[in-house]
Amino acid sequence: MNTNWTVTFQVYRQKGNGPKGFDSFTLEVNPDEYVLDAVERIWAFHDRSLTYRHACHHSTCGACGMLVNGVEKLTCITTLRSVTRDGGTVQVAPLRNFPIVSDLVVDMGTFFRRMEMVTAPPTLPINQVPHPDSETISPDRGASPELERLVDCIECGCCISACPVPLTTPGYLGPAVLAGAQHIGLNRNPGLLELVDNHDGVWRCHSAFECTAVCPANVEPAWRIMDLRKQVVKAKIRKFFNR
Amino acid sequence: MEKAKVIIIGAGFTGVATAYDLAQRGLDVTVVDRGPIVNGTSGRTHGLLHSGARYAVKDRESATECIEENTLLRRLVPDVIEPNGGLFLAINDSDMAYREGFIESCHACGIATKELTPQQALEMEPHINPNLQTAILVPDGTFDPLRLGMAFAASAQAHGARFYLFTDVEEMILNGQGRVTGIRIWDRSNDTRRELSADVVVNATGAWAGEVAHMAGAHVPVVPTPGIMVAYDRRLVNRTINRLNAPGDGDIVLPQRRMVVVGTTSYEIKELDYVPVISEHINIMLERGCELIPEIAKAGIRGAYTATRPLIGGGTSGRSIARTFKLFDHEESEGIAGLYTITGGKATTLRLMAEKTADHVVQKLGMDIPCRTAETRLLSYRLFETSTNIP
Repeated sequence: MNTNWTVTFQVYRQKGNGPKGFDSFTLEVNPDEYVLDAVERIWAFHDRSLTYRHACHHSTCGACGMLVNGVEKLTCITTLRSVTRDGGTVQVAPLRNFPIVSDLVVDMGTFFRRMEMVTAPPTLPINQVPHPDSETISPDRGASPELERLVDCIECGCCISACPVPLTTPGYLGPAVLAGAQHIGLNRNPGLLELVDNHDGVWRCHSAFECTAVCPANVEPAWRIMDLRKQVVKAKIRKFFNR
Repeated sequence: MEKAKVIIIGAGFTGVATAYDLAQRGLDVTVVDRGPIVNGTSGRTHGLLHSGARYAVKDRESATECIEENTLLRRLVPDVIEPNGGLFLAINDSDMAYREGFIESCHACGIATKELTPQQALEMEPHINPNLQTAILVPDGTFDPLRLGMAFAASAQAHGARFYLFTDVEEMILNGQGRVTGIRIWDRSNDTRRELSADVVVNATGAWAGEVAHMAGAHVPVVPTPGIMVAYDRRLVNRTINRLNAPGDGDIVLPQRRMVVVGTTSYEIKELDYVPVISEHINIMLERGCELIPEIAKAGIRGAYTATRPLIGGGTSGRSIARTFKLFDHEESEGIAGLYTITGGKATTLRLMAEKTADHVVQKLGMDIPCRTAETRLLSYRLFETSTNIP
């Protein structure tokens, strides 16, 4: 039984300040394989000079965010079936709004430093993991309050890439960072107010909601930015009356 | 005096932990990997912070190492760990027959156990198989693989370690008298080639250790043994769920963010650089996973992937090979000086593997500097500087 597809991959290439462009590779693929599997095979069997970021291969680490046919995807869980057809083409390119290190690899340094700046929590007590539908109830059934869990945001950068703001405002903190600030909350970390209450913070968001559309981890950054605005207003009113 | 120069090949768990240890002891450390941090087996782990209970019956040495390191890592790098414990479930009579020896062995290895009634276990984890006969709580945990690696790498950088990522080792340089004196590298991030000299080269390439050692004419009996894992799109448990029986296919389910991951199988391969997912193994994961958590049948597959364990060979194969690690001094075994290979082991024991390797390296260099990695909390994974290759 041969259910394989023939797919042409157009892969973005750039080394240092050298020429930029796309290289084409035609592969026999199983349509249920993931885009990252194809990228890994291109490296293993076609072109060893290719560089790409990846680690966990099942959407828990956030390393393999790329543009697939122009849309931000975690390539490790994006099946070929969902982005092309037999005889079709898949274009793979690095995330937007990040400096390109090489080929599909982008530099996450500034983004990570901003996540650290807002002290976005990597783990939280399970009963403090808020859910977009409700500010307090954990989505996990049977959760005991003493349990800890890693928060949903995998810091993949897809939301920063999809957001229309960073291209013209590189100083904008960006969706994941503001979502991280919302997550820890101004009540628990009042020092965040100054960081997010300015033109590079919550007020710079256009409400385009592209971040929520591409987030592979259901963090819903757009909802969190709106909620953070409420927190900011509340904190300022409180400050006004308590001064 | 100039600092002793160490090159570590491999930025998997063993490589980054060894880099941190040696850099903290004051050596000049350079890490080289052909991909990003933890791009091979380490990144693709199921993420179990072993309590050691899984190995207690057959391999007490591994089990004891696991519980000691598990306890340490919870303190050293808490921001990458879900420290929620794990349950071993007995579903049938064969599982119940394993129970007594399991509890005894855990106690012998210093692994705390608490037996729960089925009712108590179901209150803790409502989605587990309601037909369970008993449940034993152990101090398992889970970790985020990339962040664990990056925390060690960031801490190594803070002590001066350099990282050449996306950089292939093309050749080992020997001095003609049986000593490795450096490596020739191809930095694929900017397409440049150069030589790096070193007093010591540490081969920390896990399943690839045999191939890398071969570049210096050395031999490592590593048996690359992949297993499949399947991630499902519902977080059905908050603790790791194990089958109370001898290790077998699909006998563990782990929570990860809003997913559960079922693992794993065990087979041998020849081609290491690309290991395809065997679709029949996906069915085994579903079938066996549902014996522990029936609701998995109603979840969707989010991802399926393989990871290749670096088991150390010795005549036996697959699951019966001990999971302890081994350090090879290629001068002692085959007269190739300046080259050491550390492989085998598992993620949970990364710090210990690094300590033993670094102990040996500094001793061979004639130095006496103690290990301090068990004392200091690691830096945030976010502080790892990603673009550091020096053209």
